[in-house]
Amino acid sequence: MPSNRLYKTEAIVLHQRRFADADRFLTIYSPTYGKLDVKARGVRRTTSRMSGHLQPLTRCMLQLAQGHSADVIAGCETMESFPRLREDLDRLSRAMYAAELIDRFIPERVPGYVTYRLLLDTLRRLEESDQTDMVLRCMEMRLLDQSGFRPQIDLCVGCAAALPPEQNFFAPQSGGVICRACTTGVAGPRVLSLNALKVLRLLQRGSYNDVARLKVGDELAIEIERHLRSYIVCVLERDVNAAGFIERLRREGSRRPIEV
Amino acid sequence: MNETTSATAAPLARLIDEFHKLPGIGPKSAQRLAYYLLRMPPAEAQALAASILEVKERVTLCSICQNVTEVDPCRVCTDDRRERSIICVVEEPLDILALERSQSYRGLYHVLHGAISPMDGIGPEDLKVSELLQRLRSDEVTEIILATNPNLEGEATAMYLTRLLKPLGVKVTRLARGLPVGGDLEYADDVTLARAMEGRQEMSG
Repeated sequence: MPSNRLYKTEAIVLHQRRFADADRFLTIYSPTYGKLDVKARGVRRTTSRMSGHLQPLTRCMLQLAQGHSADVIAGCETMESFPRLREDLDRLSRAMYAAELIDRFIPERVPGYVTYRLLLDTLRRLEESDQTDMVLRCMEMRLLDQSGFRPQIDLCVGCAAALPPEQNFFAPQSGGVICRACTTGVAGPRVLSLNALKVLRLLQRGSYNDVARLKVGDELAIEIERHLRSYIVCVLERDVNAAGFIERLRREGSRRPIEV
Repeated sequence: MNETTSATAAPLARLIDEFHKLPGIGPKSAQRLAYYLLRMPPAEAQALAASILEVKERVTLCSICQNVTEVDPCRVCTDDRRERSIICVVEEPLDILALERSQSYRGLYHVLHGAISPMDGIGPEDLKVSELLQRLRSDEVTEIILATNPNLEGEATAMYLTRLLKPLGVKVTRLARGLPVGGDLEYADDVTLARAMEGRQEMSG
């Protein structure tokens, strides 16, 4: 933390909650200072000059004043507002998931440029790509890697032998994939198809461009999503709330942009 | 609250605990309020207690618009002078007060009691959405005005409701978004400016 009372940082707003009459508490993620809870005074008033710059999923430059319990936003300016995310409910729900994932994985006040960059790239890709679910899978795999929870998908986590090119099992509580012979006594193994294993490996080793070129069918995409989600739930010891909303949207409708 | 309970009379400690449960009230504010009540004339304290009980006993939700009301259906829903073909959907009962103050709207309302906030685990099932759909079963309603807040949760709610309502053949409109009265253009954010530009109107002579 800087010695001056006032300091500046770039940040992405992850979350906001109401506080007192017209204030909000914001959870921001800064490459320099990490995840912080900061206070934004008066931003619920329509005349606030700051409220538009401090909406969740906005990348902004902030001036912060050190406070007793929480630092207070003294000034702000939008750097990127990601307008396409805000006009399409499918993109928006996935961007919210990405923000929640960062919020849940990253402890407070741990600087991390690489993870900040991952979130920024994910938001940009969610704006541009039509394969928004694969953008999230790519982010999930990299976030697991960066936070020290890289799943083992090259070798069997039971016998450490190379996985046979056939149907195997994903065991979240064991930390990765196990072969059929090792499933005995392992908690909650889930069937993992060979194609799903191949895509998981590409997600772990390939670049985003490699993943973006891949055409994945709906069934396979859902299988990969379920495996990664079960692993994330196991690591976090809780579900990611926004995932339920994405599932609901998928159940209820098609993927067309909605104009309001 | 333990520091209070050990050195404070038990009824006072209980009152402090109760205040502490209220939103936005911290331990110090709870103590201040409790000690203020202690010094209050008994008649005023009884009036306050009676008001709290009365609110809990007599105020309910209108079975039509879900606004808080003393009589069911509420006075707005039973007012014959109101335009019955338009429903303005708001997040909270207080939003109705703000709209009524503006004297610019004479239709009906529907209160959702919140907004969709996926990160907080608040989904459509937690809001009064099914009650709104129920109201659209009559042919009387021709337009729904989405007046949710112009923030991320409000926009998500508006987009979700549009998806539900459009296939029902009802006209769905959204409150205009743009620069607030009394605001400065130079401080406006990109999204607000873009929407203000989209919604520009021709000046009348």
